[in-house]
Amino acid sequence: MSMGKDPLGGVHAEQQEDNAQAAEDQPRSGGVLGGVRRWWAGLERWQQWILLAVFLVLVLLLPVINPPIISTPDTDFSIACFNMARFALAALGLNVVVGQAGLLDLGYVGFFAIGCYVAALWTSPDSSYVHIPYLFTLPLAMVVTAFFGILLGVPTLRLRGDYLAIVTLGFGEIIRLLANIVPALKGNTGFQNIGMPPGTRDGKPLFENGTAWYMLTVLIIVAVMLLLGNLERSRVGRAWIAIREDEDAAETMGVPTFKYKLWAFAIGAAIGGLSGALFAGQVGFINNQRFDVPTSMLFLAAVVLGGSGNKFGAIIGGAIVSYVPDRFTGIADYKYLIFGVVLVVLMIFRPQGLLPARNHLLAAIRRLRDWVGSAPSGTPSTAATGATSVSLGKEKDR
Amino acid sequence: MALLELDDVSVHYGRIQAIHDMSIHVEEGEIVSLIGANGAGKTTTMRAVAGLLGLSGGSITFDGDDISRTKAHLRVVRGISLTPEGRGIFPSMTVLENLDMGAYARKDKSSMSADFDRVFDLFPRLKERQKQSGGTMSGGEQQMLAIGRALMAHPKLLLLDEPSMGLAPQFIRQIFRIIKEVNQQGTTVLLVEQNANQALKLANRAYILETGRITREGSGAELAADDAVKAAYLGG
Repeated sequence: MSMGKDPLGGVHAEQQEDNAQAAEDQPRSGGVLGGVRRWWAGLERWQQWILLAVFLVLVLLLPVINPPIISTPDTDFSIACFNMARFALAALGLNVVVGQAGLLDLGYVGFFAIGCYVAALWTSPDSSYVHIPYLFTLPLAMVVTAFFGILLGVPTLRLRGDYLAIVTLGFGEIIRLLANIVPALKGNTGFQNIGMPPGTRDGKPLFENGTAWYMLTVLIIVAVMLLLGNLERSRVGRAWIAIREDEDAAETMGVPTFKYKLWAFAIGAAIGGLSGALFAGQVGFINNQRFDVPTSMLFLAAVVLGGSGNKFGAIIGGAIVSYVPDRFTGIADYKYLIFGVVLVVLMIFRPQGLLPARNHLLAAIRRLRDWVGSAPSGTPSTAATGATSVSLGKEKDR
Repeated sequence: MALLELDDVSVHYGRIQAIHDMSIHVEEGEIVSLIGANGAGKTTTMRAVAGLLGLSGGSITFDGDDISRTKAHLRVVRGISLTPEGRGIFPSMTVLENLDMGAYARKDKSSMSADFDRVFDLFPRLKERQKQSGGTMSGGEQQMLAIGRALMAHPKLLLLDEPSMGLAPQFIRQIFRIIKEVNQQGTTVLLVEQNANQALKLANRAYILETGRITREGSGAELAADDAVKAAYLGG
């Protein structure tokens, strides 16, 4: 069985190999989630493919279906859907930094902003730069933001924990202030008529409404997830988890921690920039008013809410954080209060987030088993011991 | 020539000097113990040898090469493996995955199977627990895992920082027995211990470390018989 064929980045590869033992292998995921996982693991591969395809089509058609209860009352639903998707994409990128590599980044909006400005500078008639087709600005935004990610990372990634968080917080503010100060970025005046992808339908631009933007963004999310899934299962992914768990130990295992932290920063930044470029294109207007600290916090809240380290969680978290204020406009003004309370409650009752990060490294399992020769016993007794000692072990080690 | 040689090594934390002009050497095939009280600089020495701390003076030579400026992750490739104080296992990874991380720096993955067998021979308990996540194991098991993980890198020199810390007596005896076995299989060991009694029994040679300075050195038996050492470290 080749893991590379897994449609959503091989997240379930291990479960499929462990069909029979799925129950014992997941001592922490009881309840509904555990049930769903077991059901999923019991399916054949072709069944999983079909289900995922159907699910993807449904997700893509969400703004067209416009379900009555889910629909947003005061916002165009297709726009609300696009906002969910771009938030989800940004959360996906931040999850690489915070969830995978364990680096607390409080200035992520800075990368989002850079992505916005890349799209604006190279497509808006207000800009004196060379103009290029909008779609080219997407890869360009990724390259530029990745470069800024490295620029920020090189001096700061030698810092740890709180210090890194403070510096990244400053970075986000610096980007926002630069948008005020640097004349080429046009401060509050901003850029209008930012480009959009080509294509017309019934004589009107295809990307005039939110639906096309939404679909484009969802497809980009799928592509990014496939890439990230591959990365997670590579040496890079293992290095990130090791760094997150114990940086010194990782270093003494031979992991070049600085290099891989820089990788995480650059990749996370690139995805944030991509989300920004999409946002700029959809809105069509960008100025310096949209990139404040609370937006960084919202991105972070999305990652933590969804389950830090789980890319599906990041997407769900991002979608929720964007959707709730659009749907319940009556409480939209209190969104920071509400998310704050929700996060506090979540930290008390479910600190791992809605979808917890998977306990095991995904790729290593099969390979390791080959090396070890005899298949691990995986007997219920071993697993049961593991389950019962979870709480004890955790306390002892802190 | 010594496998590991520290020559006039100094280490500072900011303005505070933790290690003063330390010179020690470890010959190939030896077990050498560093004995000292809390805060004497034992862990600092180990971290400096592993490359996690920079030197403010002196030099470290390993296997004939000056590695004073070599990054920690490259020292592993050269053959220095650290089992850190507090064990430093990866809690969410399983036993197998932890061991696999130990071999991260190795290029020759062909002999991995044999390495797993070797570690499981030394620690049958790890074989039983291979699918359990590291964070859920007992302290003794975690220590075994940390040593096993370090061995997966095929080190020439194994640095063990307080392997007996916080363990039950039967585990301590077991750990020391395994250290001896690892050494007999050809791995040189530098051992830091507060449990001076056991450490001196095990070691070919030992150094006494006091507030960042080496104050005595000698064979394990010599130091164990020394009255001053007895009074300070062996409970009379």
